[in-house]
Amino acid sequence: MAAVSMTVNGHSVTADIDPRTLLVQFIRDNQRLTGTHVGCDTSQCGACVVHVDGKAVKSCTMLALQCDGANVTTIEGLATGGVLHPMQEAFREHHGLQCGFCTPGMIMSAVDIVNRKGNNLDEHTIREELEGNICRCTGYHNIVKAVEAGAKAMAGSGMKHAAE
Amino acid sequence: MSATGIGASVRRKEDHRFITGAGRYTDDINRPNQAYAYFLRSPHAHATIKTIDTSKASRMPGVLAILTGDDLAADKVGGLICGWMIHSKDGSPMKAGAHPALAQGKVRYVGDHVAVIVADTLAQARDAAEAVAVDYGVLPAVVDTATASKSKTVIHDAAPDNTVFNWHLGNKAETEAAFKAAKHVVKLDIVNNRLAPNPMEPRAAVGFYDKGEDHYTLYTTSQNPHVARLVLSAFIGIAPENKLRVIAPDVGGGFGSKIFIYAEETVCVWASKKVGRPVKWNSDRTEAFLSDAHGRDHVTHAELAIDANGKMLGLRAHTIANLGAYLSTFASSVPTYLYAPLLSGQYNIPAVYAEVDAVYTTTAPVDAYRGAGRPEATFVVERLVEVAARQIGMDPAKFRQMNFVTKFPHQTPVIMMYDAGNYNASMKKALEIADYKGFGKRRRESERRGKLRGIGFSAYIEACGIAPSAAVGSLGAGVGLWESAEVRVNPIGTVEILTGSHSHGQGHETTFAQLVCERLGVSMDAVTIVHGDTDKVQMGMGTYGSRSGAVGMSAISKALDKVIAKGKKVAAYVLEASEKDIDFKDGKFSVKGTDKTLDFGACALQAYIAHKFNGQDLEPGLKEGAFYDPTNFTFPAGVHIAEVEVDPDTGVTEILNWTAVDDFGVVINPMIVEGQVHGGIAQGVGQALLEGVVYDKEGQLVTASYMDYCMPRADNLPSFKVGMTVTACPSNPLGIKGCGEAGAIAAPPAVINAITDAVGHEDVAMPATPKVVWRAAQKALKKMAAE
Repeated sequence: MAAVSMTVNGHSVTADIDPRTLLVQFIRDNQRLTGTHVGCDTSQCGACVVHVDGKAVKSCTMLALQCDGANVTTIEGLATGGVLHPMQEAFREHHGLQCGFCTPGMIMSAVDIVNRKGNNLDEHTIREELEGNICRCTGYHNIVKAVEAGAKAMAGSGMKHAAE
Repeated sequence: MSATGIGASVRRKEDHRFITGAGRYTDDINRPNQAYAYFLRSPHAHATIKTIDTSKASRMPGVLAILTGDDLAADKVGGLICGWMIHSKDGSPMKAGAHPALAQGKVRYVGDHVAVIVADTLAQARDAAEAVAVDYGVLPAVVDTATASKSKTVIHDAAPDNTVFNWHLGNKAETEAAFKAAKHVVKLDIVNNRLAPNPMEPRAAVGFYDKGEDHYTLYTTSQNPHVARLVLSAFIGIAPENKLRVIAPDVGGGFGSKIFIYAEETVCVWASKKVGRPVKWNSDRTEAFLSDAHGRDHVTHAELAIDANGKMLGLRAHTIANLGAYLSTFASSVPTYLYAPLLSGQYNIPAVYAEVDAVYTTTAPVDAYRGAGRPEATFVVERLVEVAARQIGMDPAKFRQMNFVTKFPHQTPVIMMYDAGNYNASMKKALEIADYKGFGKRRRESERRGKLRGIGFSAYIEACGIAPSAAVGSLGAGVGLWESAEVRVNPIGTVEILTGSHSHGQGHETTFAQLVCERLGVSMDAVTIVHGDTDKVQMGMGTYGSRSGAVGMSAISKALDKVIAKGKKVAAYVLEASEKDIDFKDGKFSVKGTDKTLDFGACALQAYIAHKFNGQDLEPGLKEGAFYDPTNFTFPAGVHIAEVEVDPDTGVTEILNWTAVDDFGVVINPMIVEGQVHGGIAQGVGQALLEGVVYDKEGQLVTASYMDYCMPRADNLPSFKVGMTVTACPSNPLGIKGCGEAGAIAAPPAVINAITDAVGHEDVAMPATPKVVWRAAQKALKKMAAE
């Protein structure tokens, strides 16, 4: 067992874990934050995307120990003070989700795309950038619309990194 | 139309929990003291099991139990069932081999369940699985659909030629006569590729046993928890229904694959009593590829007969359907009654005849996947029609239009009675949206850039709103396919709707509430939809076959009628008027010709306090239930047009434009319906361009992860142009036809028709990968150069 400390959604957490524990297992099983999902075993689907120190990572691809001292934000930490993040609001407004399983990873990736590419995203850029997130329900049509609108709304709200 | 009533694009009530990470899926459920199950699976496609030695593994840390098929048999736990009886042409019943939840003496596909290891942690269970020594006697694999019946290797003793049934539908003699009279005959050999459904949430189960109550609970990823309980109780024998609760909480997509009652869920709930602790299992993605029921996998020879004027005379098809190693829950219905009755398409075809041979192979079971039989039928019809138009030199749109059914009701030669539709209206609208007139110009523009542009049509029809119980019963179904609803009005006028439908992405919490708002005049916030729990909802048949609107909501509508009728009786007492003088509109009861009114909420309170009437003359309370059994299937239909560009140097196909014009009858929430269309098209495009399950000759699954199985991603697809036409469905009170499967049914032939149009009519198989398309394009270019 090994000790790990990190900040998760603004709270300092410390735990004694099996060294092979993946970050996603730490988030789901240890922290009981079940909004982060596991949809594959090969870092393809993106259902597990969280932010580590402000950057999107697939949390099934990192060991929890690699995040010692890091600042981790999950979907549960995206809304602040009960107010939805503009990207969350955009997914609802544009029907960018159906079963909801890929949605947390999709939203965390979308926020990261805006952080990297800015607030004015064209359809081509959004589709290319979403390559690492699989959705089986929506055909992506409304996700693309949601990301475009969410990106614009983030400029309006002056929001950059998630919950920082 | 009100802001929240029928026809409004109300934003979804369920979204808040999903966008904030507060959804509650089965893998999010944890019970105190739970143990973990890991399934030891067969590494061989086909083998006898000589011995299973668990002595070393069972002494490993954390191991609570290692259970095998012998333990299931000792506890008299029955096998998994197929709930639809098909009879062969000769009248004999289908030849079904036993389907134990854990293998008994033999394994029949890679991933078949050999044993379950239950341990304190998942890692311990996995470690112990590696220490279980199984002595296999390896047998030859049978993988190929077309030749399975000729193999000398027998998979089930019950089916000596690996054939489950030889079934047929239609009039053979009349069809043969039609072909004799034909001026043109079009022939096609078609492979409908095998697909893995891949809902993003893998299957999962948490089973636990309450010793004090002698009662089981199973949380599971199900589209139909009541059917799961029925099968687990009545057939598998886990426990009587009153001792078994099945809960399907938030479910992350299904697409058919979560209809079925699988081995893992069965074993988890059974094992929870054996080990005296809750048992949890969560599939990883590779397990999902190995053991979720696959879809499609047909090999078909089809022919279309046409007269000198371009009128269709007859259609015949011979299909071999691969059902995999065991008959899954509804496997036998998919290539039969969900397939052949759709072979008339949207067309007046006087004679249709279909023969279907269903075969066992040493591959994962095959069952319903989005569309289930109807995409296979539509692919046959719409490829034949497109190729026929080319062969006789007619415009593909015009050829379709001159053969469309235009008078309703229309009895096809293959069971179905189409009740309403306007196929020309959909075609006309689609041609406009797609700017069909401008296609030639666009094609020339592509040519200038060295690209090949093509356009492809798909005029599909499906039979949904599944289904009238008596009708499906006469065709072999083991269950009725009605739906139930209960409307509970609380004393202050809030409403709970209990439904036997199950939402796993379809947005029932919103659309069902819209119906209630429309009818009772209450606000969306005042309505809660309760589903997915056998302890809360008494009985239901679940969600598949685009049935929740047409059948599930019709049940709710019926129960709402009863609530309003009861409300009128209460209001008559309160308003001191005759019941026949009470009107109900916009949430208010009123007395005709007076200004006396009673709000719906106030009426509910009066119903519960029961001060104004004698409880003997009128029962207190306001709660009504209904069962709704449809009188016919519903027939959504439409036209999809795909426009593609092929790069002849790389074989890459890009979808440039997609037009979908669908007639779903009355639409409750256009935003949600369009979303269903988008998702369906993506799955259909996936089948046509990207997806395909591949087994090698030894029966090893080559496509067992997202590294090898190509899922559609955002950059594979365009945005879609979606339009609608409406003819109300006459067979249900709401006029709904259903929309869930349309895209997946319509899309594959549209894509292939477009690609073959681009590559000079060379045939192209699915999935039309760059390799496949490059070869066709090169052939076409060589031909053009030679001409």
